Amino acid sequence: MKCEIDIKGLVKRFGANTVLDGIDLCLRPGERVAIIGPSGTGKSTLLRCLNWLDRPDAGRITVGDLSVDAAHATRAQILALRRRTGFVFQNYALFANKTARQNITEGLTTVRGWPRARAHARADEILAQIGLADRGDSYPAALSGGQQQRVGIGRAMALDADLLLFDEPTSALDPEWVGEVLDLIRAIADGRQTMLIVTHEMQFAREIADRIVFMEGGRIVEQGPPAQIFGDPQDERTRAFLRRVA
Amino acid sequence: MRGLDTAYMGDLVPVILGYVPLTLGMALVAMAAALVLAAVLAIVRVLRVPGLDQGVAVFISFFRGTPLLVQLFLFYYGLPQLFPALTSIDGITAAVIGLTLHFSAYMAESIRGAILGVDRSQWEAAQSIGMTQGQLLRRIVLPQASRVAAPTLMNYFIDLIKSTSLAFTLGVTEMMGAAQKEAAGSFLYLEAFLVVAVIYWILVEILSVGQRWMERHLGRAVAR
Repeated sequence: MKCEIDIKGLVKRFGANTVLDGIDLCLRPGERVAIIGPSGTGKSTLLRCLNWLDRPDAGRITVGDLSVDAAHATRAQILALRRRTGFVFQNYALFANKTARQNITEGLTTVRGWPRARAHARADEILAQIGLADRGDSYPAALSGGQQQRVGIGRAMALDADLLLFDEPTSALDPEWVGEVLDLIRAIADGRQTMLIVTHEMQFAREIADRIVFMEGGRIVEQGPPAQIFGDPQDERTRAFLRRVA
Repeated sequence: MRGLDTAYMGDLVPVILGYVPLTLGMALVAMAAALVLAAVLAIVRVLRVPGLDQGVAVFISFFRGTPLLVQLFLFYYGLPQLFPALTSIDGITAAVIGLTLHFSAYMAESIRGAILGVDRSQWEAAQSIGMTQGQLLRRIVLPQASRVAAPTLMNYFIDLIKSTSLAFTLGVTEMMGAAQKEAAGSFLYLEAFLVVAVIYWILVEILSVGQRWMERHLGRAVAR
């Protein structure tokens, strides 16, 4: 099947340090891919490059009919790419001066130009989906970590993005809030939303992902269905990593 | 030693109060213009806009590095010798422009600091949903920065109100100018300047109450 998301030869350097060393990755429509690997191997950087929060040095990112060459990316292409890729931050990063509902409507009204009433109605649907129908008027400071992250996910969902990017969405959470956030991501995954998720929750990755990608040293070492990666990893580095986290 | 001529002071109060609208008017116009200019200057500095950044840095350095009185004299008495078209400018306009430039330089620095104090994740979150630079500044960063900068900006506004008294050196009869004229006629300098001092003081106290209200209002997003 054709790739909905096609990443070719993605390279990112920070100074002399090559963090992404030629990443190729293809996601089919509705595919849910989890990226695992040791810390500092470029997993988050890969996600950030796809949303252009970090500017890749070389390579090509294709999302649907939008194709962006890192070397010649225009401002319009970057904005278009960001509007097609929703990003969920590790530390939630909710707009502190906006209520939960406004966090969700902001992208709809300001970025997509929806009328306020329509955005409000859509936000209420999303608030119900994320289980916060009664907290729409709360500011982030008044929400728990788990609630904030659910709003963060709702904000990304509102974009109707082709691809949702989850950057260690539960790593900053107190253990008591992890479950509710994973449940929400699971529900979104069940809707066959194309997603790329960087996570340290191995059991969760195994459960929701169609494919596991193991990264180390800025490269994709091995990838395959969860049963294969977790049950019969081929590369010694994958085996070593899985032994450590088991 | 003589006693205070309280009857004279009582007569003087309504006279000086009559100039409060002019003083406040100059201060409000200068403040509004300075705020807009300061925000623009701060954004140029924060984004390091090529070609403008250095110019703004020099502007800020000059207006912070020289006394306001010198700036007003330069502007009102000096520049018209260079540009005869400026000769027709009146003292009030010159004072308002001078105050605007002077205070915008100070306010730009505190707005810049407040913008830099907004967490990086707020910029990234705004970028991630596809906001343009202008949208993210207007919708996310500046509202948060303004809450941080508000107390400092309010202090500059109070300073600005008091600084309008320098307009009297450009021949403007505002509160200070009026007091000076009255005193010159009656020779009761102590009484005249005491009245004007107390009126300035009361104005500033009223504003301080407004300042506390505004800070509570702006703080609502972080209150639990």
